Amino acid sequence: MTTQPDALGARIGMWLFLFSELLLFGGLFLLYAVYLSRYPADFAAGGQQLDTLLGTGNTLLLITSSLTVALALSALQQGRRQLCQILLCTTVFAALLFLTIKGIEWQAKFSHGIFPGGSELEALPAGQQIFFSLYFVTTGLHGLHVLVGAALLLWTFGLTCREQVTTQNSAMLENSALYWHLVDLIWIFIFPLYYLLL
Amino acid sequence: MAKQNNRGFLQASDRQPLLFDWIFSVDHKRIGLLYLYSVGSFFLAGVLLGLLIRLELIAPGPTIATAQTYNALFTLHGVVMIFLFIIPGIPGAFGNIMLPLQIGAQDVAFPRLNLLSWWLYILGAFMALTSLFSGGGPPDTGWTFYVPFSSETPTNVSLALLAVFVIGFSSILTGVNFVTTIHRLRAPGMHWGRLPLFIWSLYATAWVQILATPVLGITVVLVMVERLIGFGLFDPARGGDPILYQHLFWIYSHPAVYIMVLPAMGVVSEIIPVFSRKPTFGYKAIAASSVAIAAAGSLVWGHHMFVSGMSDTAILVFSLLTFLVAIPSAVKVFNWVATLYRGSISLDPPMLFALTFVFLFSIGGLTGLILGSASTNMHVHDTHFVVGHFHYVMFGGTGFAFFAALHYWLPKVFGRLYNMKVATTAWAIIFVGFNLLYFPMMLVGLHGMPRRYYDYLPQFQNLNVISTVGSWVLATGLLLMFVNLYRGMRVGAAAGSNPWQAATLEWIVTSPPPTDNFTHPPQVTHEPYDLEQAGKP
Repeated sequence: MTTQPDALGARIGMWLFLFSELLLFGGLFLLYAVYLSRYPADFAAGGQQLDTLLGTGNTLLLITSSLTVALALSALQQGRRQLCQILLCTTVFAALLFLTIKGIEWQAKFSHGIFPGGSELEALPAGQQIFFSLYFVTTGLHGLHVLVGAALLLWTFGLTCREQVTTQNSAMLENSALYWHLVDLIWIFIFPLYYLLL
Repeated sequence: MAKQNNRGFLQASDRQPLLFDWIFSVDHKRIGLLYLYSVGSFFLAGVLLGLLIRLELIAPGPTIATAQTYNALFTLHGVVMIFLFIIPGIPGAFGNIMLPLQIGAQDVAFPRLNLLSWWLYILGAFMALTSLFSGGGPPDTGWTFYVPFSSETPTNVSLALLAVFVIGFSSILTGVNFVTTIHRLRAPGMHWGRLPLFIWSLYATAWVQILATPVLGITVVLVMVERLIGFGLFDPARGGDPILYQHLFWIYSHPAVYIMVLPAMGVVSEIIPVFSRKPTFGYKAIAASSVAIAAAGSLVWGHHMFVSGMSDTAILVFSLLTFLVAIPSAVKVFNWVATLYRGSISLDPPMLFALTFVFLFSIGGLTGLILGSASTNMHVHDTHFVVGHFHYVMFGGTGFAFFAALHYWLPKVFGRLYNMKVATTAWAIIFVGFNLLYFPMMLVGLHGMPRRYYDYLPQFQNLNVISTVGSWVLATGLLLMFVNLYRGMRVGAAAGSNPWQAATLEWIVTSPPPTDNFTHPPQVTHEPYDLEQAGKP
């Protein structure tokens, strides 16, 4: 008995794993829902202190990177390996840019004393403390996922160079792209919940 | 084919050192045995801790340990038994070995991921052990890690939580692997109506593992963040709410009860028809009830929190849903009993353990209803009644099913039989010891003795002494059982490929199974419990 690589099986496995990732963030969204209903005014005040411009920029960046990774897959399926590699690099670059912008945002908060254990944070009303705690945990965990996603794409890039990911055998790229779309999707929820809160 | 010198997948290769041949093997049967040895070791460690707890409680006041040590003992006993034995036990060991064999596949869908799962499990176990000897000493919070205590105690809770996170990750990967395997790798003719009931139970379990475990993951991360970085998401002084921790914790940990018990029910569903010489009664109902238990069981977590502070409406809803879970559980019990009816029953050791499961699980399930009904819950909440109840479900249920699986499948795995008389004697001692140990706990709980207390009032002593003596009887029986199994697997008589005349696919290959399982994909032609077709694919 010999086994053939099972591309559909690999995709099913990835989708199942993505469900578990959604539920990981689901716990945080649940906390968000409960605390929002308890402290609506504080959450609105907290949201206004976040930089909507940078947040919007990051949203556009991630959506665009989702496009480039999808195009990379199409390019590979058409046998255009070089184009695929360029698009993969673009995606990874977008991921790093996203993290840089995120870092600038965090840095701005830190410099105002808003960080865990910071005196300014502890002087805020209870609801705002919760808002910022959740903000840091959620965007931090998301940032970690951006990092993992970028690493996966970089690894896939390496595999295309060594021709282990090819037109016939593209499951690895498909799964990395799926993971990257998940990273994008979660951000699509984080952005309005934290930045566009009235 | 079934020659005694044929060691199948157990045959050592001469390519590399023997140890590496095992711990880096991607063969599902070897990984299953790795799980079996590891969960078996942790089970024995957990038993030892349990014996110490019982010894401490033999008399009021300090007996062998200080109060702080006692807190560490019951925490460790819980963490080891739940996260290192019961949750990975049946799926990790027997699920891994039997899943591909029973569906006619060569291996699971992702063999290397499977090996990673085991390594993560071992890494988590290593972290849990390290937490005992490093930092502020062994955790003393109970396995539930409730805040605010868990975010404030100086003991080494953070590392223990990280261990739980890593083991949870391993559990998720196993779930992903099993669901994909069942969808993609069934042999020709093995349609969903022909899946063995053990596979149906693994399937339902795997979905709960995938969907519930991440919630525990994020919860323990939040407590770690609270301890290490100083966020106050569960700290009332900083706007947080400790009750939310309990909700998040039980959103996972109640479904986890079904991760523990569903595979056990699957084992029992395999054994009862074989030893009644009758096709299982209500195959579809048993299969569907596995999925129903998994679904309904995910909605009842609030019944752990009736006295924590919840609205009356929430209590009513959670109580009602809890009663609903009893329906699919009872569907299984009635179908098993109906399978026995007018069967040609032979009381071989696997059957004895399986029937004991039905008996003890019924006691555990019915006492669960006393706890699930809000008014009676107020009376017995956090007493020894709860301890007795869940040991009837977890040990009387899952533990006995695990022993049943050992006696049923080890002859297949090693190709040798154990001594039947000794096995039966061991079963009897274990059965008596078990009931001596746990039944008095329920009584003393009804009289008002709280759980997790180091000391108790003098009027509780008689029942506590009976319980402690029961723990010694139980330990004796366990020792006898394990020695008998060990001896049997080393030097027992040859088992042949189908000692029980069962009809599922694992019995058509040699014992021990060959490395590749099947030389060519079997064409499945009959239902799993059509015993007249035993020995045919």
